[in-house]
Amino acid sequence: MPATTKTNFQLVSNGILNENPIFRLALSMCPAVGISTTVMNGLMLGIAVLFVQVFSSCTIAAIKNYIHPRIRIPTYTLTIATWVTVIDLVLAAYVPAAYKEMGIFVKLIVAFAIITMRLETFACKNTVSASFWDGIGMGFGFMFGMVALGFVRELLGMGTLLGYDVLGFRPLLFFVLPAAGFFCVGIMMAVFNYVEIVYNRKKRAR
Amino acid sequence: MNIVIRKCLLAAVLTVLAAFLTTGCATEHRFIKKTAFKDTNQIVIEFAGPVDEAWAKNPSHYSVYEKPDPDIKLKIQTITLSPDRKTVALTFADPLNQNQPHVLTATGITSEGKSLGTAILSVKKVYLGYLFSILIGAMIINNFVFTKYLGLCVFFGTSQKKSTAVGMGITFTIVIVVSAMMAWFLYQFVLRPYRLNFLQIVVFIGLVSLSVQAVDTILRKVNPMLFKAFGVYLVLVIANCIIIAVPLILADNEYNALESLMLALGAGLGFLIALFLMSSVRERLELARVPPTYRGLPIAFVVAGLFALAFLGFSGMSIF
Repeated sequence: MPATTKTNFQLVSNGILNENPIFRLALSMCPAVGISTTVMNGLMLGIAVLFVQVFSSCTIAAIKNYIHPRIRIPTYTLTIATWVTVIDLVLAAYVPAAYKEMGIFVKLIVAFAIITMRLETFACKNTVSASFWDGIGMGFGFMFGMVALGFVRELLGMGTLLGYDVLGFRPLLFFVLPAAGFFCVGIMMAVFNYVEIVYNRKKRAR
Repeated sequence: MNIVIRKCLLAAVLTVLAAFLTTGCATEHRFIKKTAFKDTNQIVIEFAGPVDEAWAKNPSHYSVYEKPDPDIKLKIQTITLSPDRKTVALTFADPLNQNQPHVLTATGITSEGKSLGTAILSVKKVYLGYLFSILIGAMIINNFVFTKYLGLCVFFGTSQKKSTAVGMGITFTIVIVVSAMMAWFLYQFVLRPYRLNFLQIVVFIGLVSLSVQAVDTILRKVNPMLFKAFGVYLVLVIANCIIIAVPLILADNEYNALESLMLALGAGLGFLIALFLMSSVRERLELARVPPTYRGLPIAFVVAGLFALAFLGFSGMSIF
């Protein structure tokens, strides 16, 4: 793939819609199922992933000419691990309550396929600024997916949003159960598929 | 000559292994022979020699808590000393949760008028049973895929066919056992003594990639047939978050060598079980009439949700 010709805006919207990491690329599913029980959790992990994605994309884009092709994957892994360690320690120090709730998932950002994939397909071929915007797009796409899931599950499960009581009752306690994460992701994916099918049909009819 | 060298090597390896296995007991006090649970609310301490009655009968010399919550001290009701003054039985006001390891601190042990210092002891259930419960716990009760939601990318990627699922599961089990044991060794003997805990993530991820590469090379040389069958899955193993989660859990819980082995084995076998169950369903799904919007991943997620609900039934179960 040659260097990208897209504008910054296209890069960001690409990450949020066309190549949404959770619903379209189906990568990094574990946190999407595991801890999207509330909007707040989704937001916190989204911020962490955004941080790691942007900084590792920029790092790799900056040093891409000095990496030998044969050791590029270990280099990516170590870069990601370094930034994950940074965000892990920062979160543990400044927001201990939320950090405890997210548990092991912050450390597991290191194994998210989405970040390595973006480094491999985008950052190692493009300039620092393009990689920066691509990282922003992917990070916000992930955050959007997590917040959307958290929104549905928190509203339906507990009747609250961001901890504030909205509905005044609990419609379906089932959605707080961890197992419901699978159903939510499955149904959301089906919705995305449905929109795509309808959109394509309309385009063809025109 | 060659045989002698080999024997020496074997002996060295065995000694190192033995040293491994005993490190779990390194914190024990030299004057205390054994600690164990008895009945539902008793802890029995066996000393190597007779202790003074005045010391042994004073409850303020003991403090006991469950390992996860050091703030909650358990209340001791009575203390009985055996006639030969070698065994002390502590009876507690409430029944003990014997699934948790307990930490017992005995301050200023005195024997025959001599002070022997303070001992910090861990009290665990009968050992083999405890190990077995870790294995079953990681495999079924806290199955990593269905109750901890880890390793989903690889789980959905390789569960389309039964043969692929079994191949992936076996490869994964081998790699996770190797890498978890190496990670445990590095954590216990390098990271912790030198206070390098913050390097956990970097070290563990490096170790995992290294051990995958090592298994790849060794398998290619030693058993080309096996490599042909399982080689393709090795690359996927690195992308699985269980393989990095297990070393992190080991480091958090301070498990010893055998417990770590059991946890890693349980995680691997649990992944194998989950993959096998899922692939059997997905083979049938191929024949079913699924609405076009649900085809592929969405329906797989719904099926996984049903499995997760079924696995919820195991939660809260305890063995022994």
